[in-house]
Amino acid sequence: MDFVVPTEFFFVLSLVLFVLGALGVLLRKNAILVFMSVELMLNSANLALVAFARQWNSLNGHIFVFFVMTVAAAEVAVGLALIVAIFKSKRSINIDDLHQMEG
Amino acid sequence: MFESPTLQTLTDYNIWIALPAIALAFGTMFLLVIDVFLPANRKHWTPILALVGIGISFLINLFTYNPEQTSTFGGMFVADAFTGFLNIVVLITAFISVLLSTDYLRRTETNHGEYYILLLLSATGAMFMVGANDLIVIFIGLELLSIPLYILSAFRVTYTDDRDATFVLKSEESGMKYFILGAFSSAFLVYGSALLFGATGTTNLREIFAAVGPILESSAENSGALLLLIGAALSLVGLGFKIAAVPFHMWTPDVYEGAPTPITAYMSVAAKVGGFAALFRLMIVGLSGLTLDAGVDPAAWQGTIQVIAAVTLILGNFVALSQTNIKRMLAYSSIAHAGYILMAVAAVGSAGLVPDIANTAAQAGLVYLLAYAFTNLGAFAVVLALENNDGTGTELSDFNGLYNSRPMLALAMALFMFSLTGIPLTAGFMGKWLVFSAAVQAGLIPLTIIGVLTSVISAFYYVRVIVNMFLLTEDEGSPAVGETAPVRYAVYASMAGVLIVGIAVPLVTNLVNMVSLV
Repeated sequence: MDFVVPTEFFFVLSLVLFVLGALGVLLRKNAILVFMSVELMLNSANLALVAFARQWNSLNGHIFVFFVMTVAAAEVAVGLALIVAIFKSKRSINIDDLHQMEG
Repeated sequence: MFESPTLQTLTDYNIWIALPAIALAFGTMFLLVIDVFLPANRKHWTPILALVGIGISFLINLFTYNPEQTSTFGGMFVADAFTGFLNIVVLITAFISVLLSTDYLRRTETNHGEYYILLLLSATGAMFMVGANDLIVIFIGLELLSIPLYILSAFRVTYTDDRDATFVLKSEESGMKYFILGAFSSAFLVYGSALLFGATGTTNLREIFAAVGPILESSAENSGALLLLIGAALSLVGLGFKIAAVPFHMWTPDVYEGAPTPITAYMSVAAKVGGFAALFRLMIVGLSGLTLDAGVDPAAWQGTIQVIAAVTLILGNFVALSQTNIKRMLAYSSIAHAGYILMAVAAVGSAGLVPDIANTAAQAGLVYLLAYAFTNLGAFAVVLALENNDGTGTELSDFNGLYNSRPMLALAMALFMFSLTGIPLTAGFMGKWLVFSAAVQAGLIPLTIIGVLTSVISAFYYVRVIVNMFLLTEDEGSPAVGETAPVRYAVYASMAGVLIVGIAVPLVTNLVNMVSLV
């Protein structure tokens, strides 16, 4: 008999990954690690989407995942360009060094 | 089996109802190609072509404006009075922002064609967002709206050798902060959407609405209701960042201050229009049935929105009091205005069982968005006219004695400040009046009292600008290097808008009174 992994397992894993990603964004200081944490959050959503799509036998979830992956790639392109620009002028990518404006 | 597409198939699928947005997308792509081939001495054509593109999309929108709801792309995109009206707001915003940009880019030596292309792409994203009827389209529209704005916020960095200049550091910091928090918030929106999809098995908002009722009835044996509630909450967090509602507002002042001023003007309106359109659609079309006791209680989320609205109103207005930089002051003022529009959202949710009142509240929110668009664009246009090339000249003290040196700009700024405060005969008054009366009808008396009181407080910081301009004197008036013809046209257009919305009220209410979301 085939053992089918229940959707709940995937969902709990995705929830754990999402929380780890969110904590990473809030706690990490290195801009690149912050981006990686955002990617982790997006991919946890992808995992949840495909798991639910399998449960509902619906294509929408799969399509959503493709769009999320594309958008994530576009976001990384913009984000890395910004990091390069900031590194050129500040010689640092620590987000705590971004304090030009206060108030 | 697949049939080969014909023109007949295209019309059957109603694709023309998305034509305003599609036309702008095509115009942008066209501009992208044209700009490459324009010789260096013809680069000033790019903004003109951008204006033409926006104008064409605007005309198409007027001709296809149809209050009957029609849908296309398999129900993912809908066109109704709501879409048509907010398209107008987005296109006006983009038009005025391009007018503001031309001379600014030239004098700050950041005159690159891709600026206008990114601006139009962002407007396209906003237009897809206002017609979105599907979680996927909301997400894509939001990203298409936001990603160009991350780049544009950092636009003063481009090709500069002077990398230690304060304005360059501020601009790149602005782009970075907007990017990190924007990406963070979209992750919340995507995860929330995933949970809504998991609970209902569909991404279409109308189908979600149909699925919510049965899930709540059978919630004893499944966890669908919990998924729905968490999904709605996470989506609300994601959209709350975009509309800069407290407690998700931390990025706003820094991003608004550091970004190039025309971009600040654009994003203070367009990002809010897109975010609020998605919030209205998702919460009202999709989740208005999400109640604790179906048919008796209003939607479960409306209490949360009321609290967020109240906190946003109080914090936005009080922190604006202590600002000395006009861009930061307008940033906190834009947070406060998000609170007033959230009042309309809460009123729709609270009156969800009485469609008449709910629709009135939704219409009030739309009028407020239009009023806010004209007023904020005008205020930022005046700020831009006074700003020096190195980003200075945006302190409140730089407005001292402006009436003596530049009476026209001072009078315009006074009108915009009156409108932001909500003085009668201006657009801001109309917006506030409609929102407050809708909130009272929906029974949100405490929230309305907070709204009225914070409006009174807001008068302190808005009137301070007027006092600086008219009563204080300065030996040397501001050079107003930015006061050029296009900027002046933008100021006049915004003034006209503020007065028309404020005085010729039926004109606007006729446009929105066909809006029905419930």
